[in-house]
Amino acid sequence: MSTVAIDKAGPSRKVKYGSMSRDRAWALRWSYFFLVLFAIFFLTPPVYMLITSLKSSAEISAATNPWWVFHPTLSNYVELLTSNQFLRFFWNSSIVAIVVVIITMLISIPAAFALARMKFWGSATLATGVFLTYLIPDSLLFIPLFKMLAVIQDLTGITLLNRWYVLLFIYPTLTVPFCTWIMIGYFASIPKELDEAALIDGASWLQTLTRIFIPVALPGLIAATIFAFTVSWAQFLYPLVFTTSVDQLVLPVGITTTLIKGDVFNWGQIMTGALLGAAPPLIIYAFLMDYYIAGLTAGATKG
Amino acid sequence: MAEVVVQQGRVARTGTRKRGSLRNALGRKSTVAFFLTLPLILLIVLLVLYPAFYSVYLATLNKAMTKFVGLGNFTFLFKRETFWMVVKQSCIFAITAVVFKALIGFIVAHFVHNIPGKKQRKWRGMLLVPWVIPPAMSTLAWLWLFDPSYSAFNYTLSFFGVGPIPWLGDTFWARFSVILVNVWYGAPFFLIMYLAALKSVPDQLYEAAAIDGANWWQRIWYVTLPMMRNIIAITTLFSLIVTFANFDIVRILTSGGPLDTTHLFATWAFQVGIQSSDIPLGACVSLFMVPILAVAAIFILRDVTKRGNEA
Repeated sequence: MSTVAIDKAGPSRKVKYGSMSRDRAWALRWSYFFLVLFAIFFLTPPVYMLITSLKSSAEISAATNPWWVFHPTLSNYVELLTSNQFLRFFWNSSIVAIVVVIITMLISIPAAFALARMKFWGSATLATGVFLTYLIPDSLLFIPLFKMLAVIQDLTGITLLNRWYVLLFIYPTLTVPFCTWIMIGYFASIPKELDEAALIDGASWLQTLTRIFIPVALPGLIAATIFAFTVSWAQFLYPLVFTTSVDQLVLPVGITTTLIKGDVFNWGQIMTGALLGAAPPLIIYAFLMDYYIAGLTAGATKG
Repeated sequence: MAEVVVQQGRVARTGTRKRGSLRNALGRKSTVAFFLTLPLILLIVLLVLYPAFYSVYLATLNKAMTKFVGLGNFTFLFKRETFWMVVKQSCIFAITAVVFKALIGFIVAHFVHNIPGKKQRKWRGMLLVPWVIPPAMSTLAWLWLFDPSYSAFNYTLSFFGVGPIPWLGDTFWARFSVILVNVWYGAPFFLIMYLAALKSVPDQLYEAAAIDGANWWQRIWYVTLPMMRNIIAITTLFSLIVTFANFDIVRILTSGGPLDTTHLFATWAFQVGIQSSDIPLGACVSLFMVPILAVAAIFILRDVTKRGNEA
């Protein structure tokens, strides 16, 4: 329909075509100009991290041009990557993030499957509840959770406060609701005929889930995994409240508390640590950008 | 169809054998569904709902948590000047930051939308970087950019004859800085959401508007905005919640200073509840976030379900 209309309008438009394309070219040029400005704004902090991480302490305190490295050195990287403390933070962060991703998937995939396909008593309410849980911020729950852990610790004698493994139970409250929510969306978009066919062929619920739903909804699964990983990697408030000993800290808290000692800021090392801490999410993003963006927009568009 | 088949099978079996009743119960759809959602329900009830109500209970205790004081903590807060300053600053922070994030996101989304094909992907990838870096890490970079003696910003500004700005030392500039960092961190999220929404507006509408002689402003006002209305509403409300409950940026950049003027509910609750170990008062402070969060959540839920019905 629309192509026909355009063809008809063709001859009369041809006169104007030159000015329109010129308009478009100018719009494009202005777009590039402003995009460059915004890109500078958006990329200044990470670039500045990189610049500072390549400087020695002497060069930083000499107060030369901060935007340029005169004597590039990798000493900050060497120092951090050979420091047991920093490697400990990195290790803690990795273990916590990976285990939380596994726990999140084990909880949210079956739940999303049930909520998307099996209509049962209260399933609609539960789906709404999951979404509302996703909207509850960490800053609302950290005080009662802290007190709860203290009480449980007193009652059972199991050390919970100041242990990194307690984060394994706390982080899923942040990751599971969102992952369940977007997996419901992905599962619901799979045609019903597909699982009905499997059911007729004698597949059990479990087989339908593992043989049909998970492979078909794999893009959604990857998006959810990326989300769970980045959230657990970046979480700052809970580890700050629940862990204090140096050997129990995860990366964000470790860098902010141990590298800043009183008034002495070793900026070269802080920036190196921050850059190394930002590296895993950035690398994942660089390779799986489309999944990352799909997960980001799915929350609002897949509802 | 399939449901009928399964149910018929069940009815037939229960009629013939009684011993299989447990197996039947396990095979029944609602039972399976219950077990599949059980971990989720347990997680939400034990680690989200219970703490939420526990927080209300905690807020009614005295500092040593030995005595019930009712609304004593609340009336105590109402009498404190710092509390009202936190309320004011939280509102200023959240509203200003969300407005600027939405504006920048909207404008940049249009620019990115203008860029053709392959290059658009590259620009989009570059502009989303602030959202990918863990906020605690990027805020450290901002802290260093704002550093009082080696500030890279002041160094650059000195070439334009602008005097050294006390980025984090002065109330106005500290408030400006925390908002700036929050806008920097959050604008890419709006950018991506708006870009997705822009792509979903059919080209025919713009063609029709162009034929009717609409200028670019009219095209935005009468075509783009109405088509994006829902996404704009959801994104803004969602960001309002996250910004209002923000902790990382203020904690690292100013820790609430100078003179508690940049404290938000979250950072002040942390200082009162954890650092000064007055847990009931801290719980009380964080509970003040609930009304605003609840209103935003209700509106989001309405918009999301509306979207679901449209689709």
